Amino acid sequence: MALLSTPRSAVQLASKGRPLKEHLFRVALLSSLAIALGFLAALIFYVVQEGWPRLDSMLWENQPSIRRPETSGIQSSILGTLWIIGLTILMALPTGILAAIYLEEYADKTKWYNRLIDLNISNLAAVPSIVYGILGLGIIARWMSFGFTIMTGAITISLLVLPIVIISAREAIKAVPPSIREGSLALGATEWQTIWRQVLPASVPGIATGSILALSRAIGEAAPFLMLGAATFIRFNPEGVWSSFSVLPLQIYGFITRPQAEYAVLAAAAIVILLGILLLMNSVAIWLRNRYQKRW
Amino acid sequence: MAAQHRATATGTGRSLARSRPRYGEAAIKVVLMLAALVSVATTLAIVAALAEPTIEFFATVSIAEFFGSTTWGPLFNPPSFGVWPIIVGTLEVTVIAMIVAVPLGLASAIYLSEYATPRVRKIFKPVLEVLAGVPTVVFGFFALVFVTPLLQQIFPFLNLEPRNALSAGLLVGIMIIPIIASMAEDSMAAVPNGLREGSYALGASKMLTSVRVVVPAAFSGIVAAVILAFSRAAGETMIVVLAAGAKPVFTVNPANEMATMASFIASAGSGDLPVGSIGYKTIFAVGALLFILTFAMNWISARLVQKYREVYD
Repeated sequence: MALLSTPRSAVQLASKGRPLKEHLFRVALLSSLAIALGFLAALIFYVVQEGWPRLDSMLWENQPSIRRPETSGIQSSILGTLWIIGLTILMALPTGILAAIYLEEYADKTKWYNRLIDLNISNLAAVPSIVYGILGLGIIARWMSFGFTIMTGAITISLLVLPIVIISAREAIKAVPPSIREGSLALGATEWQTIWRQVLPASVPGIATGSILALSRAIGEAAPFLMLGAATFIRFNPEGVWSSFSVLPLQIYGFITRPQAEYAVLAAAAIVILLGILLLMNSVAIWLRNRYQKRW
Repeated sequence: MAAQHRATATGTGRSLARSRPRYGEAAIKVVLMLAALVSVATTLAIVAALAEPTIEFFATVSIAEFFGSTTWGPLFNPPSFGVWPIIVGTLEVTVIAMIVAVPLGLASAIYLSEYATPRVRKIFKPVLEVLAGVPTVVFGFFALVFVTPLLQQIFPFLNLEPRNALSAGLLVGIMIIPIIASMAEDSMAAVPNGLREGSYALGASKMLTSVRVVVPAAFSGIVAAVILAFSRAAGETMIVVLAAGAKPVFTVNPANEMATMASFIASAGSGDLPVGSIGYKTIFAVGALLFILTFAMNWISARLVQKYREVYD
């Protein structure tokens, strides 16, 4: 009799419906996440609704104006942002990827200087962007006499996103299993041949994803440019790397700080453009990751 | 004789090390190392940019005045250099942000790591990334034109000024939720499943397992996430400039306009201060203070992450 009842008590170990407390905890966790995401939805809804009246072709065909908000555009700052991003791609991506290759493939992690570089990069990734603005102002604009030009802005932003590029490229390179390298080395390839022909091709999707996310950070930055004398109402398009310039986030800041209500509408419209570009870049990054990322 | 013997045992008798140096390979290694050194040069350049004007600043203004008085107005006539109002302002915004972000970020992390199915995670994580990618100038705009008026309507008794520390802090909090959520989730995901299974085997529920086993096991990673988020909040500029203003008032009332270290740098730096003036040097002195503060916190955070990686790898 006692023996027969044993399996019964074992069955009782399975939960007889979750207790209320368990349920509430789950709901609380989910609603925390929902608050953060609901906030994002509210923000996007609000700026689209506010900016809708000014989402017209004048926005990208005209230059910004201090006097006429109704026909003011943002052309010079869109082009300024494109210049900055173009130069950042040329400077930050190669440097960052090469540095990541060194740290993952060559650096001996027991050496103090390699550990120092490692720690230094994670520190730099969290230095406030306004401090990079000070670096740009004190060293690049003044000491190197590059002035308040696109070049100064691009170097500053490149240094700002460099740690992010390095960290994400390292993750992508680390994800390539050692057996691939060992196979290549065993067939007689040199270290660099192994990296160039095996490791890099395998890690391109991961590197691309990280780089796109780093560049979207660069597009959204405004604080460093405040220090670099980037003006907010520039009425001509940049002509080269030594032009003065504005960028989209700074132009938005300029609109917000004007007292007239029409400029708030204009700011919202410009924000829709900015968020549109960023969402597009994010989607490409996510698509790349889902499509090409291999599980080894 | 013995050496001869050993050589034949390994086959051809030639060493496996390459017989002639490969200069190309060595050159590549040097180029790669130089790229890695750019990051070290960046840190040195930041220190160099800050050091000289800061030293000159403290030649004019005594450290006792800087840390000993409570009126901040370096651009006024006569100027005053008591740094406490902007330190208190920075702490105020940061503390409000942490009150918002730590519970919400941790709860999101626990949900994503312990409760969500892989499918749900695949949807929510990219959305959190989008939230992390929203430019801070956009948050600042939203705080100024939407959140503050909304709070004024719902809580009229707070007497919120048009620019105030409360909505700036709230929005900075929303901004750092993704940092806490994703870093904390990473460290919870690194907790070995054996610990969870052990907990279930002892009869613990899912909630108990999450709170008493997974969270404590991932604790150093969670602390690292919180410290990093704190440092991001302390250095945030655009949200504070737009939503809280740049008026350095020595107050802890979050309904008032105030300034932080970062917002002082931004508002003074965007003006046309003559190079070499005391106001210009003040920007660098405050920048040095902010840099030291955030650098110290980032260092602690990075060390904690390293430590917890050693435990579970």
